[in-house]
Amino acid sequence: MIYREAGQYKTTYVSDSQIFPIAQDRYAVAALLVIAFLLIPLFATQYIFSAILTPFLILALATLGLNILTGYAGQLSLGTAAFMAVGAFGSFNFMTRVDGMPALVAFILGGICAALVGILFGLPSLRIRGFYLAASTLATQFFVLWALSKVPWFTNYSTSGVITTQKVQILGFKFDTPQSEYLLVLAIVAVMALMAKNMVRSNVGRSWMAVRDMDVAAEVIGFRIMRTKLTAFAVSSFYCGVAGALYAYCYLGTVEPEAYSLDLSFRILFMVIIGGVGSILGSFLGAGFIVLLPVALSIIVHYTGLPNSVTSNLELMVFGALIIFFLIVEPHGLARLWQIGKEKLRLWPFPH
Amino acid sequence: MDIEALKYFATVLAAGLLTGVMYALVALGFVMIYKASGVFNFAQGAMVFFAALTVAGISDKFGVSLWIAVPIGVVVMIVLGFLIERIVLRPLVNQHEITLFMATIGLTFFIEGLAQLLWGSTVRTLDLGIQDVPFKWLIDRTGILISQFDLIAAGICGLLVAALALLFNKTKIGRALRAVADDHQAALTVGIPLHYVWGVVWAVAGFVALVAGLLWGSRNGVQFSLTFVALKALPVLILGGFTSVPGAIVGGLIIGATEKLAEVYIGPFVGGGIEGWFPYVLALLFLLVRPEGLFGEKIIRRI
Repeated sequence: MIYREAGQYKTTYVSDSQIFPIAQDRYAVAALLVIAFLLIPLFATQYIFSAILTPFLILALATLGLNILTGYAGQLSLGTAAFMAVGAFGSFNFMTRVDGMPALVAFILGGICAALVGILFGLPSLRIRGFYLAASTLATQFFVLWALSKVPWFTNYSTSGVITTQKVQILGFKFDTPQSEYLLVLAIVAVMALMAKNMVRSNVGRSWMAVRDMDVAAEVIGFRIMRTKLTAFAVSSFYCGVAGALYAYCYLGTVEPEAYSLDLSFRILFMVIIGGVGSILGSFLGAGFIVLLPVALSIIVHYTGLPNSVTSNLELMVFGALIIFFLIVEPHGLARLWQIGKEKLRLWPFPH
Repeated sequence: MDIEALKYFATVLAAGLLTGVMYALVALGFVMIYKASGVFNFAQGAMVFFAALTVAGISDKFGVSLWIAVPIGVVVMIVLGFLIERIVLRPLVNQHEITLFMATIGLTFFIEGLAQLLWGSTVRTLDLGIQDVPFKWLIDRTGILISQFDLIAAGICGLLVAALALLFNKTKIGRALRAVADDHQAALTVGIPLHYVWGVVWAVAGFVALVAGLLWGSRNGVQFSLTFVALKALPVLILGGFTSVPGAIVGGLIIGATEKLAEVYIGPFVGGGIEGWFPYVLALLFLLVRPEGLFGEKIIRRI
């Protein structure tokens, strides 16, 4: 009976429309934020910051973006990495070409570039559905990466194709250590995740879900399909774009098209599926799982003492097998497990 | 347009069409599985790679001729097909199609890892005994360059399609396959063993993958990049329709031809390398006119 909302009366409209209506949820989120902002920086090492925590947060943001599109609006996309690339290159160009451009504004502008590209490539979704749409989003992936590597203007006429990013500086403070980069990413991700959590229960989010569940019916009861689908593409691409910019500036330190390959798109799709389609929390769980799994696997396989070529293939196999296993055991993802756990907590210690 | 330019055009077109036949071969495996079980099988490319590597690996390691290695490969692919159905798909029956799709991506990783674990990740050559030289008779007569290998590959594809058509239309198992493709539940009701039929479909798709793998492998070498052939087959599928065998072939021809023509005639103006995305954009534009592809079943949506 730890987790129960009994006795929490809503007496004002404000308290009735909070993002987390249950007090325990609010405490849990606040505690998580305190741990992430204050405790983790005290204990974590450089390696943990730059190899696990920062990529986890950035990929969670991208997963969130894809989850908005796939989980909430029901449009399957295989072009996530392309939108991330647009965000990264957009931010890079704003930073390069505009003097004194603040980093945060550049990230947001990069996200807006991605949103515009998202709207453009979202247009086919008005006619095409399901796997036909998924396969056509591959057009985004290939076309965008081709354009970024072939049009020299995007890379500012760099000859190598690999550009080192500018240092991120906000109000005179330089974000150049793994720890400060982690805190920057954490702040952005926390704000955007709360915004997403709020958005999916607003009229926008509800219209997405209506279109996802049955678009013809949604149209009949008065949702504007075009607007709904395109806002989903725009918002999703904005999230992906910001994630892409952070991926370049706070994780890789370089801007290059090769970093945003189809492989990354698939990994993010995995995160959505493993975490839970249509769940904000699931985006984080899925990203955590997929980021940690290869790390854990390589540590385990390392101790077996097999040659390198064998271990890398073994890792591939275990990765694939685990994904299939997870899909068979819990097709609704880790978020569903968490939900079941909450239901149990509600009744505990009574069986019914 | 002078005659030389015309000949060049014909050469490019022919090369494109014949490459398209090879794309169609990969797409064929996709179509069969999608039609019969509604699974979008992303692992088809990995199966092509696995099949080619198995045959090349067997003939390399044990020094046996292809006459022995290929039948072993066929058996391996059939066993693999049944295993996939039993282990991966059966527990996932009735799940959302995105879940099934993700499972096949997991399968892709597994098969790629398994193939390289068994046979190593070195590039292997596969010599089918067909030389990749221009077809002499045609050059003498018309001056159009067509590779002999491509022609024979096209011939093999034709044979395969004919054999599949026979299997589908003239045998008992073929009738069961078509029944299942039409309506799972109705097929179950009249007593068709659904799981067995799905196993057969995966096995046949494995066999098609083997043929595709042998042809692609002997041309480009058996290496990891064979898995990317699957990505080439996707625009063929969306153009032709996911559920249509003729669609896969016509789509393959169209994609192959336009891709080569675009690369040769448009590519130089925009910096080249457009082969990677042009088929997708073409297929995408086409879908805007006909959302279910050329020969796909029209989707009727009810509330």
